[in-house]
Parts: sequence; structure tokens; C-alpha cells
Amino acid sequence: MRGLFLSDLGQNAAAALVLRPLAEAAMSAPEKSFVMETANSPNHSPLNFAGSPINKTLSAEEKLETFRQMVRIRRFEQAALKNYQKDGTMGGFLHLYIGQESVAVGAASLMGDHDHMITAYRCHAHALAVGMNMNECMAELYGKATGCSKGKGGSMHFFAPDKNFWGGHGIVAGQTPLGLGLGYGLKYRGLEGCALCFLGDGAINQGAFHESLNIAALFGIPVVYVIENNGYSMGTSQKRSSAYKDCLAQRSEAYDMDWDVVNGEDFYEVRAKTHIAMERARKEHKPTILEVMTYRYYGHSVADANHKKYRSPEEIADYKKNHDPINLWRSKLIEEGVLTEESSKTIDTEAKLEATASTKFAEESPAPTIEDITNDVYWETDNNTEASQIGRHFFND
Amino acid sequence: MREIEYRDALNEAFDEELARDENVVLMGEEVAQYNGAYKVTRGLWDKWGDKRVVDTPISEAGFIGMGIGASMLGIRPVMELMFWSFHSVAFDQLVNNAACCRYMSGGLINVPIVMRGPANGGTNVGATHSHTPEGLFAAFPGLKVCSPATPADAKGMMKTAIRDNDPVYVMENTTLYGNKGDVPDPADGDFLIPLGKADIKREGSDVSLIAHGASILRCLEAAEILASEHNIDAEVVDLRSIRPLDQDAIIKSVKKTNRAVLVDESKPFCGVSAQIATLIQEYAFDYLDAPVKRVCTIDAPAIYSPHVEPDQLPNAKRIVAQVLTIA
Repeated sequence: MRGLFLSDLGQNAAAALVLRPLAEAAMSAPEKSFVMETANSPNHSPLNFAGSPINKTLSAEEKLETFRQMVRIRRFEQAALKNYQKDGTMGGFLHLYIGQESVAVGAASLMGDHDHMITAYRCHAHALAVGMNMNECMAELYGKATGCSKGKGGSMHFFAPDKNFWGGHGIVAGQTPLGLGLGYGLKYRGLEGCALCFLGDGAINQGAFHESLNIAALFGIPVVYVIENNGYSMGTSQKRSSAYKDCLAQRSEAYDMDWDVVNGEDFYEVRAKTHIAMERARKEHKPTILEVMTYRYYGHSVADANHKKYRSPEEIADYKKNHDPINLWRSKLIEEGVLTEESSKTIDTEAKLEATASTKFAEESPAPTIEDITNDVYWETDNNTEASQIGRHFFND
Repeated sequence: MREIEYRDALNEAFDEELARDENVVLMGEEVAQYNGAYKVTRGLWDKWGDKRVVDTPISEAGFIGMGIGASMLGIRPVMELMFWSFHSVAFDQLVNNAACCRYMSGGLINVPIVMRGPANGGTNVGATHSHTPEGLFAAFPGLKVCSPATPADAKGMMKTAIRDNDPVYVMENTTLYGNKGDVPDPADGDFLIPLGKADIKREGSDVSLIAHGASILRCLEAAEILASEHNIDAEVVDLRSIRPLDQDAIIKSVKKTNRAVLVDESKPFCGVSAQIATLIQEYAFDYLDAPVKRVCTIDAPAIYSPHVEPDQLPNAKRIVAQVLTIA
């Protein structure tokens, strides 16, 4: 655990432990009792990151905005789930982010003009966090022409290049070299920025990720890999899927790369540590791996009907009760006098109404046409250029 | 006109495009300081330096994915696969990220990359190094694929590929790199050959030999034998570009000669020639005086044995024999 938080090693590791072994609790009773003891130990209370420089600069309005974003994301996904289960008008997969909201919002709140973001298929939160609106996102889930990808991408493939958001990628770790490339492009153009590349804990065992790490360190690419560790590689717990010593991010040591473990339930900590990694990328062209300990309430996707079998109901209940990032952020903001119970409820109500309106928008939007199927394949044919008239591009009957 | 080698024609294309557009970057294993495994990029690192000509680790998924990501920000990476056969270790990047990002984003993202390198058999390097995947990649909408046979085509198409806003996969050939041919002098202007335009490499009236890449040279040899020994006048149609495909040139030639033999270094099952055959039966059925015939690589992994490999590939002898079954 190198970097500015070297002296906090013990506490950070302990804070991480609060979450990590919970994911393993279903596997081993003795571990569980050890974990609970660790989690509740008064000797290992989490550090207070509110005072870190990047958090001190947050205005009350900015804090409220991050809270609003987290609530909007949750309400959007709850509406999406309801819609998905309603009448079968929505197809495909639906990978919900509920429980992890602090991570995407925390990171997005740090992005400047030259910072870029890319993630895997659990992408709704990142999309909303960078400023995409609920209408275009819900319409995409519905496969409508008004969707952010015109109904061509679906749940796993949201994009907004104008907001520096590059997807939304369906293949586990397939986006990790792309994130590297975003960083490469920034450096090539001499822009002071970084690429935030998110991946799940299951993605760390893909070859493409390791190839990316090597090149990132070798070439000095301004990329921050953020492992959102929710404990499960689909239905396989971390211990059953990954070989590691103390934590997953530690693998970066083999590539002489900085790393840190982040307690994802603490919004201030997410921002503080992500900021350090982003600055290292922007200013020094050095990559970092952050491992953010977090948790998803739902299954790997809605299709994951077994998600209550590979983890105990108690584990899920404990997280919801004691570690929910939105509840914790709400309490913190109320404690700081930034938020009141009443304004919190207003924000929540507004988010619910916005989600409901996006459902209506999606339902009433037109579907793509058959003709639309062959648009957006080639730039030349889309733009009807002279070159597009040369040779046959499509081979339909 | 001056004569230069195929590899130097490519080199000239890179040099000119590096000069024209500061976003063009050459990347790949050994392309910079080593001057390229086949010396296609020789001298370019000396001239353009570390920023424009980049040696990568042996890490195809990593650096190709990186190039795709960079291309989203407007960089134009021209990436070498030392052999196209190594595509398989980067397949996810080549077909999911390169071919599908534009589509899945509803046209918001462009991926202006060039993937290039040799794709051929005939050098006794065994099955893992002898794949010819032009048909494979042409099967993915969103990708463009071409396979130049001559130095001039190599230069003109490479320059066009670099300027294209979509991913273009250029299949070169180690057996062609040393071949010399006429290439227009750069002083005479920018030399571009569009994708999607076939070229009649030999006019003829009795049978159409339709091919691409090195098979064009085998067809030209066969055409000479057919003319001198069998009094058959063969037309040689060089597809040059697989996707987009010059269907008009194919159909026009078949309507003229009424016979077609498709010569294709890929394997017969669902190869490029299978696609051409279906187009001919659909658009020139009434003009055919005989079944469409094919000469492909014999349907097995590439054999190592130098004694036999030349016969596994399309060659003049096999082409002549096949033509004689219908002419």
C-alpha cells in the first residue's frame, strides 16, 4: 500500500476487512466470527477522510449534488428492475449497481475536462454520474430509438463521448486495454488528464487486464484501474476465483505500480484516494490500481436467480443495514448540517418522479426501424460519402 | 515509372501518412528499433522517433486494445501483427471492441485503426503461423478487409486504409514483401487506391479467375499456361478489397467469360470464395456455362513439410487442372 497513505496501512486494511470477509462469510463459519469481531472492533474504526484536501474543497451544494446523484442512480435502477420484471418489454440482461453507488459518483465527482471514464457492463451508475439523463438511459434499456445508443447497445452498452464516457462494455475485462488507450491518447496529445477504467473483481483474472497493467506501467500511461470489489465474480466468491496474498490490488506490485485499498462505503474515502491516484496519473503519468471494497444487493444480473444461495440473507441484510453507502452519506451530511431529513426526502421523491417519468418516456418512444439495423456500422455508409459508393459493404439478401 | 519492393511501397505509405497526419502512430512488436520483423517499417523510427513509431511488448490483446481506445480519442494507430495468425490472442479486441463499438454506441464512437501484417502460407512455418483470416474478419460487419497483391496496390490501399474512419484490416504476405513492381513516384502526387475496387490484372475471354493476394500471382502463372498449352484465354480479376467488395467487377467478368474459377488461399469452408460463389449464382446464374469451381487451400491445418506445402496451397498446376474441368 504505497502512496500518501502509507502510514495508515493498519487502519485502511482493517476498514477493508469490514467488508471483505463478509463476502466469504457464507463459506466458513469460523471466518465469519473472526470477521464480525474485526468489523466491530473499537480498535479499528475507519479513518476520517472528510479533512483530506480534495474533500475540504467540496461546497455544501456540491455535497448535496453527489448525494442527489447517488439517490438518482438507485431510484433509476429500482425503476429499471420493476420495469424489467413488469411485462417483458425489456430484453437482455440487467446488471444492477445498487449498493455500490458511492464508487461511481465519488470518482465522477473528481473528473475534469480531460478526464475520461470507461467501465464494464454494470454501467448505468457511471453513465448517470457523468451526466447522462435518465430518459436516454431508460429508453436504451427499452431498446428504443431515443436511447443513448439508439437502442443498439442495451443495458451493458451505454456511451456518451461528449461527457468523456466511453462505455459500457460487455466482455469481462475487454474494456481494460481500451481504458489504457484512452490514457495513451491523452498523453499522446499532451493533455493533463487521466483515464478511469473500472472493472469488477472477477475481471482481474483475465489476460487482457494483465497485459494492460504491464503496458500501463511500462509506457507510463495516465490510467487508474478501479477494481470495484463486490466480493463475487458472478456467483463465485473472491476466495474461490482469485489467488491473492492480502488483497487483489496488490497484484500491481509485480508491475511496479502503486495501489491502494478503499472502503467504498465511505464517500469521502473514495474521493480522497481516487483523487490521489488521478493526480498521480495526470501529473506523473503513473498508473494506479485501486481496489474499492463494495457490495451489490442484487445478483450478478437479474438473471442470477441464485444470488441468495451463494451468500447468506444475513450478509445482505447486514450490508443494507450497516454499510449502505447512501445511508451513510446521508447521515454524514445531516451530521454536517448540509442535509436535513426533509431535504433528503425531497431529493428522494424527485429522483423517484424522474425515474417514473423516464419510464413513461421510454414506453412512449418509438422503436428503431428495420432500416436502422444497417446504420451506424460504417462511417462512410452513414455519411453517404463517395467512398461508400465503391464496392458492396453489406451482403443482405 | 520506378520499380520498388512491396515492403518499401508499404514503408513509403507509412512515411507519407506519418508526415500528413500527426495523429498517425505505428505500433507493434519490433516495428521501431528492430525495423520490423520483415523490415517493412525500416528507417521509420530513425526518422520519426519514439512518439510516432512504437515498439510494444508481445502483448497483442493489450496493445491492440490500447490502440482501439486511443483511436476513440482521434489517434490513428497503424498496428502490426507480426503474423495475422496471432489474431487469436487478441480476438476480443479485434471483433468486439474494434468492430462493434461504433454500432453499439449508435454511431457516437469511431475506431479509425489499421491492423496489418502478413497472412499467408507457403513458408513452412506450420499451422499456427499460416492462417489466412480475410474471410473470417470480413464476416464481421463494421470491419473492412483488403489484401493487396502488388507493390502499387499495397501502397495505395494502405494510405486509403489509414485515412478511413473505420477499422481496416490489411492482409499482407511474407512471400510478396520482396517482390518488385511499378509504383508511381511520390513527386507525381498523392497515390491512393480506394477500397472496394477490383482490378483486372489480365484481360481474357474464356474463363474468369477470381482471386486476391498472392493467389493473383498463381492465377497469372496459370493464365500463361492455359494460353500457351490449352489455347484458353483467362481473365484474372484481383478483388484487392474483400469488404467492401467489388461485386460489379466480378459479375461483369463472369457475364463476359461465362465461366468462373475462384482461387482462394483460405480454407474452403465459408472462405472468401464461398461468398463470391453465392454472389455469382445469384447475379450471373443465367450466364454460366459451367458450375463455379474453386481452388482453395487443401482443407487441413497448414502442413509444415516443404515437400508438400506448395501443393496444399493454390498453385498454377491446381488452377490449370480445375479450369480444364469446365473449359
